[in-house]
Amino acid sequence: MDWAKIIHDLFFDYTVRTVATGSTLLGIVSGVLGVFAMLRRQSLLGDTVSHAALPGVALAFLLLNSKAPLVLLLGAMTAGWLGMLALMAIVRNTRIKLDSAMALILSVFFGFGIVLLSYTQRLPDASQAGLNKFLFGQAATMLEADVITIGILGGIALLLVIVLWKEFKILSFDRDYAAGLGFPVGVLDILLTTLLVTAIVIGLQAVGVILMSAMVVAPAAAARQWSDRLWVIVVLSAGFGAFSGVSGVLISGTRTGLATGPTIVVIASTIALLSLLFAPNRGVIFTSFRDLKNKRTMRAETVIQSLYLLAKQHGDPQYPHAEAVLRTMSANPLSVKRSLKHLESNGLVANVHESRWALTAQGVLHVEKLVARRRFL
Amino acid sequence: MTDTLPMSAITVNDLTVAYKDQPVLWDVDLDIPAGTLVAIVGPNGAGKTTLLKSFLGLVRPAAGQVLIFNKPFSQQRRMLGYVPQRGSVDWDFPTSVADVVMMGRYGTLGWVRRPGSADRLKALKALEQVGMLEFAERQISQLSGGQQQRVFLARALVQEAQIYLMDEPFQGVDAVTERAIVEILRNLREGGKTVVVVHHDLQTIAEYFDWVALLNVRKIAAGPVAEVFTEEHLRRTYGGRLALFSDGKLNGSVLPEQLIELPEAIH
Amino acid sequence: MSLSQIEIQLIAIVTAAACTLPGVFLVLQRKTMLSDAISHTVLLGIVLAFFVVRDLASPLLILGAGLVGVLTVSLVAVIERTRLVKEDTAIGLVFTALFSIAIILISLYAGDIHLDVDAVLVGEIAFAPFDRFTVMGLDIGPKGLYVMGGILCINLAFILLFYKELKLTSFDAVLAASLGFAPGLLHYVLMGLVSVTVVGAFEVVGSVLVVALIVVPPATAYLITDRLNRMLFYSVAIGTVSAIGGYWLAFLLDVSISGSMVVVSGIIFTLVFIFAPERGLLSGIRNQRRQKITFALTMLAAHLLNHENTPIERSENRVESLGEHLRWSPSFAKKVLQEALRSETVYRYEDLLRLTDRGREMANQRFVQS
Repeated sequence: MDWAKIIHDLFFDYTVRTVATGSTLLGIVSGVLGVFAMLRRQSLLGDTVSHAALPGVALAFLLLNSKAPLVLLLGAMTAGWLGMLALMAIVRNTRIKLDSAMALILSVFFGFGIVLLSYTQRLPDASQAGLNKFLFGQAATMLEADVITIGILGGIALLLVIVLWKEFKILSFDRDYAAGLGFPVGVLDILLTTLLVTAIVIGLQAVGVILMSAMVVAPAAAARQWSDRLWVIVVLSAGFGAFSGVSGVLISGTRTGLATGPTIVVIASTIALLSLLFAPNRGVIFTSFRDLKNKRTMRAETVIQSLYLLAKQHGDPQYPHAEAVLRTMSANPLSVKRSLKHLESNGLVANVHESRWALTAQGVLHVEKLVARRRFL
Repeated sequence: MTDTLPMSAITVNDLTVAYKDQPVLWDVDLDIPAGTLVAIVGPNGAGKTTLLKSFLGLVRPAAGQVLIFNKPFSQQRRMLGYVPQRGSVDWDFPTSVADVVMMGRYGTLGWVRRPGSADRLKALKALEQVGMLEFAERQISQLSGGQQQRVFLARALVQEAQIYLMDEPFQGVDAVTERAIVEILRNLREGGKTVVVVHHDLQTIAEYFDWVALLNVRKIAAGPVAEVFTEEHLRRTYGGRLALFSDGKLNGSVLPEQLIELPEAIH
Repeated sequence: MSLSQIEIQLIAIVTAAACTLPGVFLVLQRKTMLSDAISHTVLLGIVLAFFVVRDLASPLLILGAGLVGVLTVSLVAVIERTRLVKEDTAIGLVFTALFSIAIILISLYAGDIHLDVDAVLVGEIAFAPFDRFTVMGLDIGPKGLYVMGGILCINLAFILLFYKELKLTSFDAVLAASLGFAPGLLHYVLMGLVSVTVVGAFEVVGSVLVVALIVVPPATAYLITDRLNRMLFYSVAIGTVSAIGGYWLAFLLDVSISGSMVVVSGIIFTLVFIFAPERGLLSGIRNQRRQKITFALTMLAAHLLNHENTPIERSENRVESLGEHLRWSPSFAKKVLQEALRSETVYRYEDLLRLTDRGREMANQRFVQS
């Protein structure tokens, strides 16, 4: 990989620069809104709205006879919005649950879109060309006009999030309480969801259905693992999104056959996976180690207290006992030896004779402190 | 004459609430006096939570009205502090204890304005009142049930309301926390506040509360505990699902040790 | 009708039936979005299997896809178990990642092979009759028919064999586990079958539209009946109608057949949504209106009962003020009053309204709570 050329292209090649900027902006916007979507259990709304937008695009083209991006965008937005309304109508008025309603809207709208496309094209392969663009986007053919649209609409969305920060926060956390305080939660709900739909639709044109579904989920999921403060998560998510965008563009540019969209998704998903594994505090690796450590400490405490109990019966807290005896007192006999070694390395017990163990002076103090704290014995 | 009568904190007239045309509250009249500790009591499904929600305007009544200090509730939101049931929130939400309490200030702040240092100070003071100050920067998922309840309480306290509405604040809470909360409620009453609590534990009514409203879709009875909390009223409220262990000497009021509410399955 | 046309419709019906049957349980168990995820990730299974056998017509592709389907579900379960994200987020993560990997693999290593991604996702049943199944030199029909027919049989057999277990796990997973059934195992087998169905059907209708066949007829049936066996039957029936209807609609308008099938199923759903007896929109509105009057009558009776023989009766139960007290609009109050007088639950006494015995009985009946 010729890094010099890559960096050079980023700044001086019109296409690369445009596409990279567009993808970065998309990454930021979907990263930010994706956090709220995730917290409100709307992660799959991206998928639903993305598919639902297809008939809108097709109809806009059919009715207005134009392929201008703004026209198609309007069509996509209308269809996406209608899909959302239909979704709410189904959930609110029937016993059909949210997931089934989403799958239903998703597939039916999409099917309608297919019909429309086939109508416009008549020839199977011609329709697929248009479909290809919709599904995967042609990130590589993003124009400056597209980027400007993304920038403006995305900017408005971000502005609203900043201005209504506390309103969106309390809405996402405790809707009933917010309503009790007097906030118009229904309106805020629709507003926030609309922002999400807008972001998705803008992105659709540029990068396709699958990518937009991913960009609303992966950076947010990744960011959540690194912090417990909402604003940090939002900023991180924007950062992850931007990074995935830019690096996806650059890396896919180095090899023909690597489509930009899927590359961005793979990068974002990898970031998410790494975060789930390695983030401090929440990461799986971290918690596994911590759990193991806790278990080891707990077992050691049990062993040392058993030793103390036994010793006390002889009147001498440092009276030695055989390991076998300790094993009979333990729920995990096989781990006793390990616990004893661990305690020994901490200077709390000593191996007095073959397999006989006794508390050291330090050990006695340790147990007495434990007893005072937990009234265990 | 009216000058000597204390103003009612909450006045309810003919309140009827229906859910899909099943009555949840029927023609309820209440006159809750200011500065009292009030318990709302009744079996499951009796409409207790709905009653609280109607005070806040969270449910639309089919008929009737609610007045807060003689004005419609929509004008009196500042007067009301709400502590909802604990279960309705996602405790994995990324926010700290202090943050949650500060949300109680959002109503006063109105649109767009962010909480400032004065608000933060009030939040910390409220946390101190409920004994949770040391947890201020903790993530809420790390709290126990009782601690979560206390945080919700602090959030309501920070609203500096006149009337506090609490939905089952003692549910799933350990004895120590319960005593602490009762203490706080008593302090509020000393300060002239009105506290309305949906309470499920019949044993502690007489000990904790001044006033009680017995509810089972209709209002069965309401008034001072000593007058209203009687065997007959309880029977009417719980419809026979009540086992009273008494030595026959009730004298018109019921002592807490003698009450058990039978679960519905047995009846 | 030509042979091709008949064959196409036959394949469509068989496909619809094969999809709706497991779909019923997915709808009841709220796992439909998992099937949407699978419909995307099977592409990866196909690609990987293709790399192994290098043959687009190999049945191993179906197997590969089935395995990836199960893998998808397992990955989602694993991520969910960490409790670091919720289920919907987990699904979103898994399927977009796996799908993108598949796309990349295709474009990098199989770009010259005709693994047309659009065909996978969208499919076109119009071409199905052209792919024939020959046994010993004899042409016995389109391959798609046999593949989907086989899958239909397997799905049907599975449902019949494990009917009561599936029923139990759909309605009470906890109870099922405590009784010793392994809802987990059943869940994975079901998902495996769904994956296989999805792959089999993609050739026919494309994988995204498979989701429609899996979800829409069962969801529609869910609005019509309360009984599981009826729901299964109605789903298949609706699926069949959608298939045939879709075919002819496409024929008329000269558009995509697969898409039309989905659109017809959507139209049927909309019709049921609006017109279903009991659960439909219109009957709901009608019921609400009727109940409102009955409800208001009872409210009136309760109000009168509450206040009769009390000092405030004079002000509370006056005819004119009733509407105000109960917060009814004047026209509504008038309607209620008329109905109340007509049904003889109240009578006028001077300017007051009083309960008749019948009215009092009605009021009391409502309030004996036990």
